[in-house]
Amino acid sequence: MTSPFDIIVVGGGNAALCAAIEAAEAGARVLILEAAPKPYRGGNSRHTRNFRCMHDGPLSVLIDSYGEDEYFEDLMRVTKGNTDEVLARMVIRSSQECLPWMAAHGVRFQPSLSGTLSLGRTNAFFLGGGKALVNAYYRTAQAMGVEVRYEAEVVHVGMTEGVFTHVDLKNGTQIEGRALVIASGGFQADLDWLAEAWGPAALNFLIRGTPYNRGVVLRDMLDQGAGSVGDPTQCHAVAIDGRAPKFDGGIVTRLDCVPFSVVVNKEGQRFYDEGEDVWPKRYAIWGRLVAAQPDQVAYSIIDARSRDLFMPSVFPPIEADTLDALRIRLGLPEETLHTIETFNAACGAGKFSPQELDGLATKGIMPAKTNWARPLTQPPYYAYELRPGVTFTYLGLQVDETARVRANGVPLANVWAAGEIMAGSILGEGYLAGFGMTIGTVFGRIAGREAADHVS
Amino acid sequence: MSAETLQDARRQIEICNACRYCEGYCAVFPAITRQTAFADGDITQLANLCHNCRGCYYACQYTEPHEFAINLPRVLAEVRTDSWKEFAWPSGFARAYDKHGVVMGSIVVLCLCVLIFVAGSLQRASGGEGFYAYMSHTLMVAIFAPAFVLPLLATFVSLRRYWVHVGGGPITLHSWRCALQDVAHMRDLGGGQGQGCNYEDEDRFSNARRIAHQLTLWGFVLCFASTASGTILHYVFDLPAPYGLLSLPKLFGIPGGLMLSAGTLWMIWLKLCADGGLSDARVRGGDMAFVLLLFAVSTSGLLLYASAGTGRMPHLLTFHLATVLALFLTLPYSKFVHGFYRLAATLWNADAT
Repeated sequence: MTSPFDIIVVGGGNAALCAAIEAAEAGARVLILEAAPKPYRGGNSRHTRNFRCMHDGPLSVLIDSYGEDEYFEDLMRVTKGNTDEVLARMVIRSSQECLPWMAAHGVRFQPSLSGTLSLGRTNAFFLGGGKALVNAYYRTAQAMGVEVRYEAEVVHVGMTEGVFTHVDLKNGTQIEGRALVIASGGFQADLDWLAEAWGPAALNFLIRGTPYNRGVVLRDMLDQGAGSVGDPTQCHAVAIDGRAPKFDGGIVTRLDCVPFSVVVNKEGQRFYDEGEDVWPKRYAIWGRLVAAQPDQVAYSIIDARSRDLFMPSVFPPIEADTLDALRIRLGLPEETLHTIETFNAACGAGKFSPQELDGLATKGIMPAKTNWARPLTQPPYYAYELRPGVTFTYLGLQVDETARVRANGVPLANVWAAGEIMAGSILGEGYLAGFGMTIGTVFGRIAGREAADHVS
Repeated sequence: MSAETLQDARRQIEICNACRYCEGYCAVFPAITRQTAFADGDITQLANLCHNCRGCYYACQYTEPHEFAINLPRVLAEVRTDSWKEFAWPSGFARAYDKHGVVMGSIVVLCLCVLIFVAGSLQRASGGEGFYAYMSHTLMVAIFAPAFVLPLLATFVSLRRYWVHVGGGPITLHSWRCALQDVAHMRDLGGGQGQGCNYEDEDRFSNARRIAHQLTLWGFVLCFASTASGTILHYVFDLPAPYGLLSLPKLFGIPGGLMLSAGTLWMIWLKLCADGGLSDARVRGGDMAFVLLLFAVSTSGLLLYASAGTGRMPHLLTFHLATVLALFLTLPYSKFVHGFYRLAATLWNADAT
C-alpha cells in the first residue's frame, strides 16, 4: 500500500472530527475529506449549539442530574418507540464520559443561553455554538497531524469483495486507504431526492443547514448493497420564518411565537393545537404540519400582548392595526377573520402564564388550543409567515455497536459510519434537542477507535 | 455618524439577538439580549463596549460568504470611530482620526522637536541641574501644564456628549467598582472564560493581546505615577530632579517604562498578525501611530535615564519631551480616547446590569 493515509474520513463535521481525533490519538495517519470550502466546513454541526448529556450529578455546566432512564424515556417519547434500544442506551451511557473528553479536546461549554432555561439540566451548551466547537476540533486534529482537504467531495467508495480500497473524488483524484469512516451526513440538501418522497411540495422546503449534505456517499453505499435504516421518505422539519434563505439559515430563522399565537393556513383555517405543549417539546412537529398545508405555508398571528413573550426573530413581523388590515397584508382570505373571531369567542377566563402549561384552553372549537388560549384583541397585530425548514433526513446506513457498516447482510471489513448518516438507527422519528451531537460524538469516537484498531 | 454604518450595525445586532450563541464571550451579547429594539444611542453604546476580541466572528455561522455577512467586530469598530469623531471637541479636530495617523504623528513629533530645541537653547544658561541645565523647570511647566490640561478638558467635553447620547444617568459607586475591576483585569479581552482573544492567529484563543495590553496600560499608569510623584517631590518637598534609583519617580518610572515599551512593541506585532478585515480599516494607520508614539515615549524616557551625564542627554531630552507633548496634544483625537470611551461604556453597562 503506497497511500500515506491509514484512515480516510469522509465528511468534516462533529462525527468526522471525533473519529479523526480518536484515530490520530491511536497513532493512525488520518485524512479528512470535507466537501465544503473552509468557511463552510463542519456540515450541520456548525449550526448546532448543545450536547444532550446524561449525568448522575452536577457535571461541568450541567445542574442536578439526568439519568439513563429519564433520558431514554425522553427519547422514546419523541421517537414514539422508533429506536434501537441497545444502541440508544449505549449512546446515552457514553454521553457522560464524552463531555470531559470534548472539553479535553478544546470544546468550551457555557450555561444554557438566555431563552433556553428549560435545557439547563439536560444540555451542555457550546461557548460560541457549534462552529466554535468545529473550529476547536480542527485545531486539535491538525495539531495531531491529521491532514484536512477542503472542497474534496467524495463521489464513490471503491470496494473489492467487501473490502474498502479507495475513494474517488469529484475532481477525479483517487485516494487509497486501509480503513474508511463515513461521516458525511444526510441528503436533505438534495431537493430532488426529497421530492422523490414528498412530491413537488419539497421544492418549497427551506433547508436549515449546510447545502453540502447531498447524500452522494450515502446513495453510493446503498447502491453497493449497504444496509439501510430509517424511513427514506421522512425528514425532520420545523416551522421556520418563511423569509429565511434557501440554505444555511440556521438558528436565527426559527420562530418561537406559535404557542402564543393563532396559526392559520393560506385558506384562513386553523389546523392544529398551537398550545399542545411547551415549545421546545413541540417545535419539531410543526414543520410537517406546515408541509401538509396548501403551498406549504402558514401564518402565526399574535397581538401586542404576546410581542415580547418569545425570543426575537431575525426578520421583523408583519404588522397592522387591525386584523383585517393584517390579513390583507398577508394575502389571506376573509375567512381568516371568522376563524379568529370564533377562536376569540372560544377563549375562557383564567390565568395566562407563559412560562408553564397554564391549562388556559378553548371550549367548543376544533382543533382546540389547550394552553395559552388568549383572544387576539390588543392591537397592533403581528404575523410571521411559516414554512417547513428541513434539518436532517432519517434514511441512513445501518451500523452495529461498533459503528461498523453492513452490506448484503454481512459486516464490511473496514468501513465504519458515524453521525447523521447513521443516526436513523437511533432516532427513527422526531428529534430530541442536542441528541444529534451526542450520537455523532459517541459514534464518531467509536468509529475512529475501531478504524485505528483495524489498521494498527 | 454614518447612517449606513449604523443601519448595518443594527441589522447585524438583530441577527445576533435572534441567535445568542455568543452570549458567553463578552459583555456585548448579554447587553443585546436585554433589548428588542436598538436606537442609535444603544448601538453606539454597544460599539464602545466591544473590545474587538473577535471570538464572536470566528464562532459565527453567518460570516461571509453567507448572505447575512455578519462581521460584528468590524461594524462596531466603524461605529466606534464614527462616534469618537462625532463627539470630538472642538469638532474641527475630528479629522485627525483619519488614517493619515502615521504621517500626522511624525510631523507633530518633528515640529515639536524643533520647537522645544529652540526654546531650550534660549534657556540654556539658566544654571539648573540635570535636565534643568538644558531646559528650566519653569519653561517645562509653561509648555506642559496647558498641553496636559486642555486635551483632558476636550476629552471631558466629548465624554459628556457621549453620555448624553447613550442616555447615561448618575453613576453609582457600585458601577464604578464593577467597571474599574473589569478594566483592571481587561475582562472583555478574556473571551468569557479567561481563554483570551481570537486575534493573531484566526480562531486560536490566546491571552497575548490581553497581556500586551495590560503591560501597556499598567506601564502607562506607572509612568504617569512617576511623573506625578516627581511633581509632588518638587513642589511639596522641594526636592527637584534628578532623582536617585531608589526614589519614587525611578521606582515607578523604570518598570513602567520597560512595561510600556514591551507592551507596545508586542501590540504592534500582534496588530500586524491580526486580520485587518475585522477592524476599522480607515483608522489602521492612526491606531498604529498611537501605539508607536507610546513606544517612542517610553523608550526615549528609558534611554534618557541611561544617558545621564553623557552628551546625548540634551537631544534625548528634547525628543522625549516632544513625544510626550505630541501624545497629550493628540489625546482627544487619537486612539488614546478609546480608554475613556470604553470606561464610560463599561460604567453604563455596569449600571444596566
